[in-house]
Amino acid sequence: MDTFKTYETAWCPGCGNFNILRCLKKALEELGKSPYEVLMVAGIGQAAKTPQYISANRFCGLHGRALPAAVAAKIANEKLTVIVDTGDGDSYGEGGNHFMHNIRRNVDITHFVHDNQIYGLTKGQASPTTGEGHVTDVQVDGNANTPFNPILMAVSAGAGFVARAFSGDSEHLVSIMKEAISHKGYAFVDILQPCISFNKVNTFAYYKSRVYHIEESYNPADKMEALKKAMEAGDKIPIGVIYRETRPDFHEKKQILNTGVPLVDRRTDLQVVQKLIREFV
Amino acid sequence: MYNILIGGAAGQGIDTTVAILEKLLKKSGYYVFTVRDFMSRVRGGHNFSMIRFGTEIITSHNDKLDGIIALNDETVVLHKYKLKEKGFILCDGSLSAEGPQVIKLDMDKMAKNLGNARVLGSIAVGAVLKLFGESLEDVEDIMKASVKEQYLEINLEAIRAGYESVEARFAHMEGKFSDWMLISGSRALAMGAIAAGLQFYSAYPMSPSTPIMEFLASKSNETGMVVEQAEDEIAAVNMALGASYAGVRAMTGTSGGGFCLKVETLGFSGIAEIPLVAVDVQRPGPATGLPTRTEQSDLKFVISAAQGEFPRMVIALRNHEDAFYQTIRAFHLAEECQIPVIMLSDQYLGDSTATVKPYELSNIHVAEAAKADETEGEYLRYRLTQDGISPRLVPGKSRHFVSADSDEHDEGGFITESAQVRRAMMDKRMRKLKKLEEELLEPEFLGTEKCTTLLLGWGSTYGPIAEAVKGLNEDGKGEYGALVFGDIYPLPVKKLEKLASAVKYIINVEQNATGQLADLVREKTGIQCSSGILKYDGRQISGEEIVQRIRKGA
Repeated sequence: MDTFKTYETAWCPGCGNFNILRCLKKALEELGKSPYEVLMVAGIGQAAKTPQYISANRFCGLHGRALPAAVAAKIANEKLTVIVDTGDGDSYGEGGNHFMHNIRRNVDITHFVHDNQIYGLTKGQASPTTGEGHVTDVQVDGNANTPFNPILMAVSAGAGFVARAFSGDSEHLVSIMKEAISHKGYAFVDILQPCISFNKVNTFAYYKSRVYHIEESYNPADKMEALKKAMEAGDKIPIGVIYRETRPDFHEKKQILNTGVPLVDRRTDLQVVQKLIREFV
Repeated sequence: MYNILIGGAAGQGIDTTVAILEKLLKKSGYYVFTVRDFMSRVRGGHNFSMIRFGTEIITSHNDKLDGIIALNDETVVLHKYKLKEKGFILCDGSLSAEGPQVIKLDMDKMAKNLGNARVLGSIAVGAVLKLFGESLEDVEDIMKASVKEQYLEINLEAIRAGYESVEARFAHMEGKFSDWMLISGSRALAMGAIAAGLQFYSAYPMSPSTPIMEFLASKSNETGMVVEQAEDEIAAVNMALGASYAGVRAMTGTSGGGFCLKVETLGFSGIAEIPLVAVDVQRPGPATGLPTRTEQSDLKFVISAAQGEFPRMVIALRNHEDAFYQTIRAFHLAEECQIPVIMLSDQYLGDSTATVKPYELSNIHVAEAAKADETEGEYLRYRLTQDGISPRLVPGKSRHFVSADSDEHDEGGFITESAQVRRAMMDKRMRKLKKLEEELLEPEFLGTEKCTTLLLGWGSTYGPIAEAVKGLNEDGKGEYGALVFGDIYPLPVKKLEKLASAVKYIINVEQNATGQLADLVREKTGIQCSSGILKYDGRQISGEEIVQRIRKGA
């Protein structure tokens, strides 16, 4: 144990991020990953600090831009286990366009979103997943926007692995994380998480009383069922794998990446360059 | 030297006709220089290309024409006045053009008789070859490389038919350029990137930068490169940075508007010290501006783009040789100094084709990321060093963690707000400027050393300025000289400072409205230009135009 170490953190005591980090380390250790082969990528936000607190390679980029950097790093070196670990604002707000299109790109990375339905780092404004009517210092008359449903979006846009988990259910979270990391292709997990400082609506008790494990009989390969499951909300919130489908990932679809030798280990052949030069003569 | 214009509507096949003709002329020994002027539309409108060819090196377009090949009436109306006295207009029999200069050929009918209306362009090619006294010797070889096999025979027939239907008017001249390359600026840049070891190119399509992406994509399987069309320019640049962090040579390209979206990431490259090569093929702005035309108005923008301060390098590409060799150097400097390097091209350079000596690969040197055994003791990605450059390892290739952070960070790459660390890190990054300054290439001097008037230019105005200086000095007095900057930021000042005190007048020649180079020169040296020749109508200034404006007292 303790292959992955924790560095000093700057989160509020009692924050859901702590347990997500603990579960992440456990999942990586149980999968037998070496920290040197793991690349943690994030943008900006409280959740986005996660890569700072775990002993692994880390790329802490710009707000909303974790996904493009992460997929490119994986394209460059397929031997890296690339995990984007960041928040709802980073993933669905500032980075919404990248979320949509990287589902389509299907690069073999894992995307964990700590979804606390609020902006933590900027102290309490509405996030894309904040409930309608939720009053904040900015949304003074209550949030007027329809909350974004990331699960529904991911399933409908064609993601091959879509799951929801809860930061307060460790055993379940670890198992979902392991499945997501092991999935070949883009794997997405929305992790419900209380923000003890800025979200007094979606509290630990709120989630605890609503989440339920998806029934054993549920078939995550059935897309129509998945769409229905994705739309379940309110008093009962399903957690578990909502949709799973194995499709060729980016590397398998790109002829030149499908050679077994990572791009980073190859060099351009000057003879090819010479041949190209001759084509212009 | 000859100069012809081929014009028509978008969709009439001008591009193909020009591409074949310029290859044939180059193969016969001529130095060829072709510029492309087109509208931002797929059908209709008015597009034209001008091919200038001769037995000596040509660096600029020119408006005096020996021939017009008109595929529609509009071409005749718009360009007739540029025709020299002995010039010709070659057009279809159905056009309304009349006069002694007009050669009417029923090209449309001939093409249809041959069985395909689309070979009209090849008929025109044949006619032009004959008019300029060329032989048909290389036609088959060139056509084989230019058209699909099933269309080869009919196109050859079309060329022969065109050839036989006119009389020669000009004499063939013997040039020595048949073994040189004929390449566009954007392809030259792409070739430089390939030679430098480019493995990852991410971009969003935007005129006039798209030909770079298209060329790289067309060669991606051969060279083993990933060319990824990103969802937007922000993704494009962040992908390039992610790939570079992971250890492959990466580049991103766009035009000014797309560059605006990439700006935040430029600063990220600066603070995280990740090599980045970014191309801006300029077009007239602001906003959408003139999408398919040319301008040099992004200089001040790219030298200061992004919040905060960090070292960066900006190289303006002057011609089709620079586009290749300076691109290789851009990769080297980005890696060596772990900084963003921006290359400024523009539509004029990017889309024009020129004849260049085959590129030399023997002296290519591009720095590599560090190896694990080159780092001492505890691995610190941002170790404070004398030259400001810290050992950059690639993640997953050693028993060390490699960090990158857009926040200010300590030597280990961890977020910090310590005032002391902040100062140390800023100083460390800024020390790289010293190294850059040692690597700077002084501007190229053209003309005579004893000149009294000095022209200043940068980037693609190099060619027109070179032709202008030659023309201005033809009287033998040697009054004119020019400095044309390639490396432009940091600004190399040694040659300029030396010359500035010796000359009477300094005139900046730029494709923008405000004289951005003149401003930069004044800021860095205190040297003030006496006057400026500025053009910002989206059309490149020619050598002749510069001469005229100087003679008028610019």
